[in-house]
Amino acid sequence: MALDPVNTGALAPAVVHDMPVYSTPLVAVPEETTFFVRNMEFHYGDFHALTNVSLDIHDDAITALIGPSGCGKSTFLRCLNRMNDLIAGTKVEGSVLFGGADIYGPGVDPVDLRRRVGMIFQQPNPFPQSIYDNVAYGPRLQGIRKKSELDGIVEDSLKRANLWKEVKDILNKNGLAISGGQQQRLCIARVLAVEPDVLLMDEPCSAIDPTSVQKIEDLMAEIKDEVTTIIVTHNMQQAARVSDYTSFFLQEVAGEPAVLVESGKTNDIFTAPLDKRTEDYITGRFG
Amino acid sequence: MTPSVTLRTPDKAPTAVPQQHKKAELTLVSRSTQIKERALSLLFFLCAIVAVLGVVLIFAFVAVRAVPLFKQIGFLNFIAGTKWSVANSQFGVVPFIVGSVVVTAGALAIGAPLAILTALFLSEIAGPRARAVIRPAVELLAGIPSVVYGFFGVTVVAPLVGRMFGGAGFGPLTAWIVLSIMIVPTISMLSEDALDSIPMGIREASFAMGATQWQTIYKVVLPAAKIGIIDATILGMGRAIGETMAVLMIVGNAPQMFAGLTKPIATLTSQIVLGMSYATPGAFQTALFGMAALLFIISMGLVLTVRILSRGKRGTYDA
Repeated sequence: MALDPVNTGALAPAVVHDMPVYSTPLVAVPEETTFFVRNMEFHYGDFHALTNVSLDIHDDAITALIGPSGCGKSTFLRCLNRMNDLIAGTKVEGSVLFGGADIYGPGVDPVDLRRRVGMIFQQPNPFPQSIYDNVAYGPRLQGIRKKSELDGIVEDSLKRANLWKEVKDILNKNGLAISGGQQQRLCIARVLAVEPDVLLMDEPCSAIDPTSVQKIEDLMAEIKDEVTTIIVTHNMQQAARVSDYTSFFLQEVAGEPAVLVESGKTNDIFTAPLDKRTEDYITGRFG
Repeated sequence: MTPSVTLRTPDKAPTAVPQQHKKAELTLVSRSTQIKERALSLLFFLCAIVAVLGVVLIFAFVAVRAVPLFKQIGFLNFIAGTKWSVANSQFGVVPFIVGSVVVTAGALAIGAPLAILTALFLSEIAGPRARAVIRPAVELLAGIPSVVYGFFGVTVVAPLVGRMFGGAGFGPLTAWIVLSIMIVPTISMLSEDALDSIPMGIREASFAMGATQWQTIYKVVLPAAKIGIIDATILGMGRAIGETMAVLMIVGNAPQMFAGLTKPIATLTSQIVLGMSYATPGAFQTALFGMAALLFIISMGLVLTVRILSRGKRGTYDA
């Protein structure tokens, strides 16, 4: 059942399995869905890491991915901007549609995808260059050369990342010379400078100080209307605080692929989980 | 039943009967251990000092032997003289300095890009299989004795150069080609170390912002590894400037000023070796010692440059 090419963009997914809701060819992807994932399988070489993941990521909302260590939530996140392509021997099956187009379709340029789907990593990773050059990196890649224009983008991005006040007088200082929490916000500013549609955050707060965590959570709420955010977190309070939707991943047996156990509004997941395993996890019975 | 009672008593005994609490007996360092430790650190210190003494003594020895020449013909006539004629007691070393500089610069101009691109390929682009073939090959290059490189120059490169540009083919161009291959492993292996020490995270960050692989290498990886690559290049330069045997075999060995890429010249190293075989004590021999001291100073200058460049800029990646 091929999807309607008009609705899905040029690149229709190869297979969409029996999903009754989406079986009518004309209504392929519901509106206000940034990512539409169906029956995704993921392999690291011989290791089958994720199986049968089907999930909608909603526009302009914050989605939290939770689950114990090794449950594949970071792996899933990295599938959404094809960062796993950089690891040899990885394989993705199923459909991952972004704005209706299959990001793993033939001929899709991962470089353009990654510009539109930015990513923040667990370890802050500024370039060993000045704060200014860090933020101007993306715009310069896109060919913006004019000093005044770059200045504007740098200031605006640093403001959105809640970092401007702290660094406005030291823009020439090396990005590695500021604190870890500031570095992480610098990385966020660097990504925001290329105006991504989506921000993937892979445990962005696990290696930084509480003040910066607060500032990052604040900025996530502030940019919510412009940027769809997906955050992987080990901290369930954080998931409950910041997110609108939550998905719970679990690898039940070591060596077996992990599954997506339950997805829904954050409030529902945390107050009335439908699955016993979700309840066990959020009440701290394991993980 | 009684065992459980007796087991519990030791826990409570100290508080209940404090006077029974014994003072801990700490063993004192034995005399023999003390002596052994001292002796070992002394041994390590002596080993380390050999290198320092070696540098100082070799330089002092060479320099002292060169001093009489400066008295005889004058330091300026030595360091700035352009004529080298043993028969006329003219010992100007400028032709050899120029020869060394020309040979080294050319070898570096060809060898450094070759080596750095090899390192980039191995570190950033090559898959495991390509790496498994190419890296050992590069390392093997480092293990080939320089006399073998010399033979390669004499039998393969020189005839080729001769056929293309006329003459016998002995001269700077041939030396460039052979030396540039000789310095590839030094520069490439050290550059690769520098590239490998860059955290994977900044490459991922660059890719995750929509940079291509080339943009990532050019704008993030290379600037980050710059210092390490410069270090590597300077060490390769030291290798080239000090290389003797291969150069001696292919450079032509004419004590004359550089006059063209295929005209024979001589370098500091090749001229020292040539002269040593027949120099009798006197001005000629002291001139050779003077050249050795000069070579020493140039090499030391390079090492110092590495040190100064590295200082302060190192440790960017403490994390």
